Amino acid sequence: MGELANIFIKSAFIENLALAYFLGMCSYLAVSKTVKTAFGLGLAVIFVLGITMPINWLISEYLLSENGIFGMDLTFLRLILFISVIASMVQLVEMVVEKFSPSLYNSLGIFLPLITVNCAILGGSLFMVSKEYNFSESVAFGLGGGFGWFLAIIAIAAIREKIQYSAVPGPLRGLGMAFLLTGLMGMAFMSLMGIDPAAF
Amino acid sequence: MSEIKEITQKEAAFSFGKKERKLLTDPLNDNNPITVQVLGICSALAVTTLLDKALVMSIAVVFVCAFSNLIISVLRNSIPKSVRMIVQLVAIAFLVTVVELILKAINYPIYVELSVFIGLIITNCIIMGRLEAFAMANGPWKSFLDGVGNGIGYGIILIIVAAIRELFGKGTLLGYTILGDWYTPNGLMVLFPSAMFVIGILIWIHRSWNRNLIDVS
Repeated sequence: MGELANIFIKSAFIENLALAYFLGMCSYLAVSKTVKTAFGLGLAVIFVLGITMPINWLISEYLLSENGIFGMDLTFLRLILFISVIASMVQLVEMVVEKFSPSLYNSLGIFLPLITVNCAILGGSLFMVSKEYNFSESVAFGLGGGFGWFLAIIAIAAIREKIQYSAVPGPLRGLGMAFLLTGLMGMAFMSLMGIDPAAF
Repeated sequence: MSEIKEITQKEAAFSFGKKERKLLTDPLNDNNPITVQVLGICSALAVTTLLDKALVMSIAVVFVCAFSNLIISVLRNSIPKSVRMIVQLVAIAFLVTVVELILKAINYPIYVELSVFIGLIITNCIIMGRLEAFAMANGPWKSFLDGVGNGIGYGIILIIVAAIRELFGKGTLLGYTILGDWYTPNGLMVLFPSAMFVIGILIWIHRSWNRNLIDVS
């Protein structure tokens, strides 16, 4: 159990998908204008990462590897299968949420379908393969990664809400400032790299 | 009658006039994928530590963007709306797999260095965005040009950022030493956050020069 907690903390803080690997930056920059929308997108990302990661683990372990049911190395199909799983899971999640919780569905709005092309999701799956996690570790990695991304987008959204009242030079207003802020946040997160997750 | 019309349209489809040239040049300035549309940032940050990585990435993106636009534009009338995302993603994933295998065969060291980021071209929003915004509504030739234009617009920013980062981070360009022994390499430049700063400053410069793009909100 402690091992899994380590992976969760490591993927949420030390190897933060948004601020250490800069994955999922497009939606991160586009949807971080207000905290409210950022919150919805962050939740959706945690959810989708937590679901797709174990499914993709099963696929790469039992379908694509040499020990799988086809008995041959099919890793060249990895990208196509992973992205199909992600696209269909997002569609499925969208339908389930719409059916059971219309209020959550309305608050997430167009962000759910957008998650398909959030590179944090596909990137997370590809990292999971390259790090050779087992099943439960991949669940922890997915949830932790999602949580880290959630924290990052809420933090930048809060800063961007406040900075609207500052006198930023015209050409730097909006997007330019968001880039500089993310760079600074990334530097701050780099200082977490020295932490030993085993100490928790 | 409709057949004749179709044929004349087809002939006109391969022309290269003002409109077509605009498709190529627009993404370079007024509608740049990175500094204006804010698409495809992730890969732009990760692969710009060295100039050669950025060059390979740009070529790959131009290829994938142009041909996925072409494929989807040819198929656009037969794709049901409800599954179009998955069809688009499969077309992109197919092209990216081709790029991945080619790169693995001809330049293995760069393939290893780029690692997951070649695969992440699939989720590069420029490609998906152009498919949705352009290829689903326009003919194959125009879509192809639009893909090339956007790929190059993306590549230019990537190459500028990579050149700055490699020059100041390592004192080299493409592996050749430019700044001699007197220059102490700036360690920050090879880390991720510096890409953010460089792109942020590029946006600043770009918008001071092209005032139409300034955020009014």
